[in-house]
Amino acid sequence: MATLKELSKRKELFTPGHRACLGCGAAIIARQVMLAAQSSGAEIVVGCATGCLEVVSTIYPYTAWAVPFFHNAFENAAASMSGVEAAYNVLKRKGKLSKEMKFIVFGGDGGTYDIGFQSLSGAMERGHDLLYVCYNNEAYMNTSIQRSSATPLGANTTTAPVGKVKQGKEQFRKDLTECIVAHRVPYVAQTSVGFWADLTRKVEKALSIKGPKFINVLQPCQLGWGYPADQTIQMGKLAVDTCSWPIYEVENGVYKISYKPREKKPVTDYLKTQARFKHLFKPANAAILEKIQADTDIRWAELLKKAGEAPAS
Amino acid sequence: MVTVAKTGNEAMAEAMRQINPDVVAAYPITPATEIVMIFAGFVADGLVDTEFVAVESEHSAMSATLGASIAGARAMTATSSQGLALMYEILPIASALRAPIVMPEVNRALSGPINIHCDHSDTMGGRDFGWIHIFSENTQEAYDNVIQAVRIAEHASVRIPAMVTTDGFIISHCMERIETADDQDVKNFIGEYKRENSLLDTAHPITAGALDLQDYYFEHKRPVAEAMRNAKDVIIEIGKEFGKKFGRTYDLFEKYKLDDADIAIVVLGSTAGTARAVVDELRDKRVKAGMLKLRVFRPFPAAEIAAALSKTKAVAVMDRSDSFSSQGGPVFTEVRSALYEVPMKPKIVNFIYGLGGRDVKMNDINSVYDALQKIIKTGKVETAINYLGLRE
Repeated sequence: MATLKELSKRKELFTPGHRACLGCGAAIIARQVMLAAQSSGAEIVVGCATGCLEVVSTIYPYTAWAVPFFHNAFENAAASMSGVEAAYNVLKRKGKLSKEMKFIVFGGDGGTYDIGFQSLSGAMERGHDLLYVCYNNEAYMNTSIQRSSATPLGANTTTAPVGKVKQGKEQFRKDLTECIVAHRVPYVAQTSVGFWADLTRKVEKALSIKGPKFINVLQPCQLGWGYPADQTIQMGKLAVDTCSWPIYEVENGVYKISYKPREKKPVTDYLKTQARFKHLFKPANAAILEKIQADTDIRWAELLKKAGEAPAS
Repeated sequence: MVTVAKTGNEAMAEAMRQINPDVVAAYPITPATEIVMIFAGFVADGLVDTEFVAVESEHSAMSATLGASIAGARAMTATSSQGLALMYEILPIASALRAPIVMPEVNRALSGPINIHCDHSDTMGGRDFGWIHIFSENTQEAYDNVIQAVRIAEHASVRIPAMVTTDGFIISHCMERIETADDQDVKNFIGEYKRENSLLDTAHPITAGALDLQDYYFEHKRPVAEAMRNAKDVIIEIGKEFGKKFGRTYDLFEKYKLDDADIAIVVLGSTAGTARAVVDELRDKRVKAGMLKLRVFRPFPAAEIAAALSKTKAVAVMDRSDSFSSQGGPVFTEVRSALYEVPMKPKIVNFIYGLGGRDVKMNDINSVYDALQKIIKTGKVETAINYLGLRE
C-alpha cells in the first residue's frame, strides 16, 4: 500500500478550489480516492452522477478534476461509464488507444441507492471493468437533505421530518453493499471517512482486480447531519466504533472485517452528536433508540458470522 | 450493389452492419427489437467489430451510447415509443455534448393507452431536443437514410445526433425489394470517425457535462441551434453525394406532381406511398393534385416548404400524431408557420390520422383531397383541424 509519504508526494487529481462546504466528507473521499488510484500506474478516467460532488467541482468554466471527467445525469453514472469502458475496450482492440486506463465512477447515495440503483445493478451484472465509489451521506444532500433509502431509522430529513406526529424516517436503511455482494462481483467493500489507510488499501486493491468493483464510503455531512464542521473525521470514526457502519470487504464472496472496535460503544454515543437524531433523546422516543441499538447489534452479529468470526461475548 | 428482399428492420440492421460502429448499447422494444436482435446476431457471428452492450433499459442505452460517443467511439442504438420516451432525458444532453449518435427509430405510438403500432407521437414528442429527424417512406429509404445520417451527424459543421425513422410494422416488418451497396463502398462513404475533444484523450483531459449557472447555459445552447441550421445544407450535400455514389439522390423533401398542383397534401413516412397512388388517380381525372413528402423534419425546412407550396390553393397537412396543443398536430403548426410570410398563401387545414396504427387507405386520402376541392370551391375552411378515420 502507498505510504502516507508517497501519497503526499502525488499530484492532486481532485484539486483545491471547488465549492464544497467546510468540512465536507465527499471532498475528502474524492481526494483520497484519486491519490490512492495513482498506485495503479494507469490513467484515471472519472464518471460522476449529479449530486454534491459533481456540482461543487465542475461549475463552468472551472473544474477541480485534472483527469477526464464525465457527468451525464443523475441516475446513470454507471450506465454512462459502461459506455465509456466499452469504447475503451474496442478502441484499444483496434489499436486506436494504447494507454492503460482505469475507470472510477462516483455517486452519492441518491444517485446510487435510489434513482441510480438500476443503472448500477446493470453495470455490475454485465461485468464492466470499473470501480464504483458511493459517497454515502445518507440523504439527498445537494437538494437540501431529503431522505434516501440510505437514511438511517429515526433521522430527521426534509421529506421524513420530525413533526407533531412523526419522528423522522420510519424505515431502516437498505443494505446496498449486500445487494452488490449478491451480484457476485469480484470485490465489494465498505469503509468510512476517517480511515484513510483503509480507503487507500481498498481502492488500490479494487483497481488491481479486473471486473466490477463497489466501495460504499460513509460520508459524514456537517450540514445534513448537524455537527460542528471540524468533526467530520471524528464522526466517521464514531460510526464505526459504535458498529453503526461496519467496515469490511468481500472478495470473491469471502467476507473480511477490516476493523473491529476494541470496545463496542453504544449507538447513542454516535446518535447524540448529531442534530438529525436529537429528537430521539426525548423520553417518548426511548423505544426508537432501543430499536436502533437492537438492529445495529443484529446486523453486526450477522456480519461477524459471515466473516467466520465469533460474536463478542 | 445487390438486390435483396429485406424488411425495414432488416435493412436498418444491415446498414448498421456495414457501418460497423464501435459501440452499440441497446435494449429491445417492439417494433424495433429485431434491429437489436439481428445486430446482436452479427456480433455473435463475428461479422462486426462492435462492442455490444446489452443494457438493462433504454435510459441506460442512451446513457451508455452517449458515454461511448464522448469517449471517441462511433456509437449507435435503436428504439421506439416508450423506449424513446425513457431516453428523452438524455437526448438533449447528447446534442449539447455534440455527440453524433445515429439512431434508427421505429415510429410507434406513445402510451397511454399502450399500443405497439405506428404513429409519429414518439419522435414528435422528442422534436425539441436538438436531434436531426429524418423520416423514411419505405425500406430502401430506411437503409439509405441510416448510412447518410452517419455523414450528416459527424459533419464538422453539424456534430449533433440524428434519428432515422421508419413506420412501425408498416415498414419495419414489411418485406420489400431493395438495393444494398457493397460493404467497402459504405465504408468508404462514411469514412473514419475522429472526435475532437475525446474523453479518452488523457493527455488533454476534459470535463464533459459541467454545471452551467445563469451565466453560461444560454451560450452553450446557442451552438446547437447553429448546428441544426447548418445541418440543412449538409443534408442536401450528402443527399447529392449519395446519389452520385449509389444512384439514389435525396433532398429535404420529395415533390410529387406538386409544381402545378392546386391542391396538395403534406405527409411523412409510409402514407406517402398510398398518397402517391391517389394523386395519380386524381391526375387521371384531371384534378391538379400534388403531394409534398417531407423527409427532414428537423431541421425544419420552412423556406423550402413555403416555396414548394406557395402556388397551391389549398393544402392539407397530415399529422400522424396530435401534439395536444388544441391547435392541431406538430407538422401542421410548423407548415402553417412557414407559410406565414407567403403573400398569396394557400388555405391550410390539418388532418390528424393513423394514431395507434389506425390504417389509412386510398379512400381516406381521397376524402382529404375532396375536402381540399370543397375549400377551393367555397373559398371557406369549415373545419381547420380534422380527424381522419376516427369513429366519433
